Amino acid sequence: MTQQTTQTDTSKMTRRNFLQLGAGALGLLALLEMGGASLAFLAPRKIEGEFGGVVKAGDVDSFPAGSVTEFPDGRFFLIRADDGGFLTVYRRCTHLGCSVSWEADKNQFVCPCHASQFDFYGSVENPPAPRALDTFAIEIEDGQVVVDTAKPQTRDEFEANQLVYT
Amino acid sequence: MAEQATSLKNRSLRPQPSPSDRRSRMKAVANNLILHLHPTQIPRPALKLTYTWGLGGISTLWAFILILSGILLMFRYDASVERAYTSIQFLETQIPFGSLLRSLHHWSGNLLLITTFLHLMRVFYNGGFKKGRATNWLIGITLLLLVVTFNFTGYLLPWDQLAFWAVTVGTSLLNYIPIVGGVISGFLLGGTEVGQNALRNFYAIHVSLLPATLILLMAYHFWRIRKDGGISQPERAKGEKVEKLTTIPYLVQIEVTAAMLLITTLFLWAAQVPAPLEALANPAHPPNPAKAAWYFMGLQELLLHMHPLAAMLLPGIVLFAIAALPYWDTRSSDIGIYFRSKKGLTIAITGVVFSLILVPLLVLVDEWWIDLPLMLPFLSTLISNGLIPLLLSLGGLAIIYYFLRGIFSATHSEALVGLFTFVTFSLFILTLIGVFFRGPNMALVMPF
Ligand code: HEM
Ligand code: FES
Repeated sequence: MTQQTTQTDTSKMTRRNFLQLGAGALGLLALLEMGGASLAFLAPRKIEGEFGGVVKAGDVDSFPAGSVTEFPDGRFFLIRADDGGFLTVYRRCTHLGCSVSWEADKNQFVCPCHASQFDFYGSVENPPAPRALDTFAIEIEDGQVVVDTAKPQTRDEFEANQLVYT
Repeated sequence: MAEQATSLKNRSLRPQPSPSDRRSRMKAVANNLILHLHPTQIPRPALKLTYTWGLGGISTLWAFILILSGILLMFRYDASVERAYTSIQFLETQIPFGSLLRSLHHWSGNLLLITTFLHLMRVFYNGGFKKGRATNWLIGITLLLLVVTFNFTGYLLPWDQLAFWAVTVGTSLLNYIPIVGGVISGFLLGGTEVGQNALRNFYAIHVSLLPATLILLMAYHFWRIRKDGGISQPERAKGEKVEKLTTIPYLVQIEVTAAMLLITTLFLWAAQVPAPLEALANPAHPPNPAKAAWYFMGLQELLLHMHPLAAMLLPGIVLFAIAALPYWDTRSSDIGIYFRSKKGLTIAITGVVFSLILVPLLVLVDEWWIDLPLMLPFLSTLISNGLIPLLLSLGGLAIIYYFLRGIFSATHSEALVGLFTFVTFSLFILTLIGVFFRGPNMALVMPF
């Protein structure tokens, strides 16, 4: 009897074949479901109040021209150019994510991890960093500098139109 | 009555008081859960220390100690950003034997990495991957990767400066992998930065996912050795008889003695040299120089010379080639012979000499004279600092292979010995450069 079922030609679907196929398909479906559920379970979620909100940096006049001010909680540096324009750069090095620090005497941002250097506006002066430091959007509201740290914006190098004026 | 008592005793896990005749010795091995990992008898040459150096067994011992000490550490560790560092400090200063326990875990983790790697080298050099042992070679590679992942996830847990920045750099590397890289690093970190989510994820991976996988894979590894007919042995002439020895006492005695010596040494060392703990993680200021753990220093050195994608692809390609070895070197007649032949040893030494000369030279030349992105400003750095150095490195490896074949009129199998030796020693030298010759801002310095 078993002889016969295994030898039936493949174009005919026997009851046994049908059940095997069905069980296999259901098993596969179950695997996919469990995999999907696990992925959804593990997906990254945001913790409320974490970094990524809107930061009131302060009074426009409190930042002299040609200055760099660090905001450790906002993870950025506020730069005021000689002509009064504002720019923020994200402190995360574009090479591999270390935090750069501002070295006033050299007029440079320096990353200690693999020695990348960036100029006053965050453009690369010394690789391995592949592009300028990322920026955050700035708005000037009622004489206050307001920085939105939700999404870092990438750029290849500094251009004058990145500066924001009052 | 008396009969029942002995049969109960025979089923216990405890090795029996040395059975005296050959038959009962073999039976004692077969009937015992742990001893049953062994065959009941072994060919005498397979027991020679200089054949395996016992490296697989030693790795097993470290894995065992890691699991035991890890279980204890879990009872006193807090996987939260606010409490992790203080819980380690508390462990180090207040909890009886806390410092010793952490030290044991730390050093056996480092040792496991070393002995696993040496074990890979011994299996390579005496052709232990040949004659149907491809599956076990691949399981072995997976085990090595597991051990590396163990170390990587483990060193985030103390939440000190090394922890924070090593993991920041390591996960940022992933971002350079096109398409999937960002998704993977997002999943691992549970966000874009190393923070509470990352710490919790790494902890779960380190204490549950990895140990479970390790134990299963080790069991599979041991089972495969027996299925493959035991440890590899040189081919014997027809009719040549090899003496067989029973596992009890010949193998078990060696194992127990070695384990006792190693455990004693580890405890003495761990009691003298506590596991390092740096300052509390400070996300605003990486230490300068910000170095990875020593076993990643070779990779970090590559990063100083190439675009991150190239610095990942190069070791990736090499690892792939090593994994594919059983399919690449299929000559089986030289199984069980160190370096394949006498000539193979000469070729291996040539590989060492090449790497001793070439690697420091290339590092110096790249550091002081060549700056490809500056010399080729019209190309994107992905090409000038990535594709070009990658192709040059791979081309160099190909040249070394053909050079060895030509000069020594070596077989494919022997030339691969030279190539493998060159690659492993290059990794070793890059690691030394990274550990001892890189100072503030990762500039080259003298270590003294
Ligand atoms: C956690 C890591 C590992 C453990 C605990 C382990 C354990 C062992 C043990 C106990 C043996 C018996 C012979 C000996 O003691 O040398 C062995 C043999 C073997 N191992 Fe591993 N191993 C590990 C990783 C690896 C790696 C990284 C490789 C290579 C990619 C590998 C490939 C092999 C092969 C092919 C054999 C059979 C060798 C022969 O027949 O000569 N193992 N392993
Ligand atoms: S992370 Fe800044 S230079 Fe590498």
